[in-house]
Amino acid sequence: MAQDPRSAIDPQINTPGREGLTGTAPVNLYARPPNREQVTIAPDGKPMEMQPPWRRDFPIDALQDQYVERRDFMKFLVLTSGAFTTGQLWLAVQNWWRRRRGRPETRRIASVAELPPGEAQLFAYPGEHDACIVARLPDGELVAYRQKCTHLSCAVIPRIEDGTLHCPCHEGVFDLRTGRPLAGPPRRPLPRIALDVRGDDVFATDVEWRTS
Amino acid sequence: MIHLEYVDRGQSQQTVPVVCMHCEQPTCAEVCPADAIKRSADGVVQSALQPRCIACGNCVLACPFGVPEVYLERQIMMKCDMCYDRTSIGKRPMCATVCPSQALFFGTREQIDQLRPQSAPANRFQFGAQTITTRVFTMVPRRLASAVPFVDVTAAMNEEPPPREIRLKTVAAEWDPYADIEV
Repeated sequence: MAQDPRSAIDPQINTPGREGLTGTAPVNLYARPPNREQVTIAPDGKPMEMQPPWRRDFPIDALQDQYVERRDFMKFLVLTSGAFTTGQLWLAVQNWWRRRRGRPETRRIASVAELPPGEAQLFAYPGEHDACIVARLPDGELVAYRQKCTHLSCAVIPRIEDGTLHCPCHEGVFDLRTGRPLAGPPRRPLPRIALDVRGDDVFATDVEWRTS
Repeated sequence: MIHLEYVDRGQSQQTVPVVCMHCEQPTCAEVCPADAIKRSADGVVQSALQPRCIACGNCVLACPFGVPEVYLERQIMMKCDMCYDRTSIGKRPMCATVCPSQALFFGTREQIDQLRPQSAPANRFQFGAQTITTRVFTMVPRRLASAVPFVDVTAAMNEEPPPREIRLKTVAAEWDPYADIEV
């Protein structure tokens, strides 16, 4: 049985000069309840063991609401680290699967004659729906990237005179020569398409997935 | 933070202050779907927690004393928390300090016994089928406090209004100049 805090009231509190005018309760007047399990009494008056489980999960008293049990903390630790571990394993499996598939097939995507310096063309590589962009820089170098912005997968637009690729959705800017992000929300470079020029034909040979 | 309610605004300027009774089993906290209303260790039911409150107004509907108020523009419920900033450092709540007739009193039981020798504190209230025990006491006449175990609040709603005679003006007593006109 918890001691009634009212019985702890200092009888000296009513001394002349203090009675009823200014603060009557000292700071430590109300004792903290000794056991947080005994604080909350449900409206039907039955003990906590007979109450529905939600009453334990959503206690009314701040004392119990702020208390984190060791078991709950351990559950949180195990579940969170388990989720991280599963994510890492999933990434490893994805990597292994990608490597096992090998390089995509080499395919002719354009001809050099159709791409004078300062021009760009669209193509699909390696799949039918993987939109890519090939551009010829003013100095004659050929570059090709996936067209999906690494931020939220909008289609990037080449601005060859600026030497950039521009994403109109959130004003992301990539360097046209390297594919690295220059400004805006994207943090990762665009996947680069490895090119091979044989005579007049431009072949795509591989997709280089990069993370930084 | 308390608020004033008008008793009958059309007829009089009388107001009643609505202070929280700080129930032992607070109904406002029982019905809160966002788990936002908490009671501190000294039994004071606090205003809704700012990050949790969704301003649904369930507490406003549920509280039998009509204490919580929802501030929609701020998306928060605020109620009387016994001026927690004052009482936690030993000062009296603001309402009790400014009340000129000491109808709201905050102090020890010995003090109120001296101030109101004719009255006894009561903290059990009956609202229909719900019995509520509160940490805030109301002073009731001593003979009633010993006779009745609780204050039946909703009993006043069942009282029959006193019978009274109403005389309406009869229509046919006066001559109607438009009686013959067909509309």
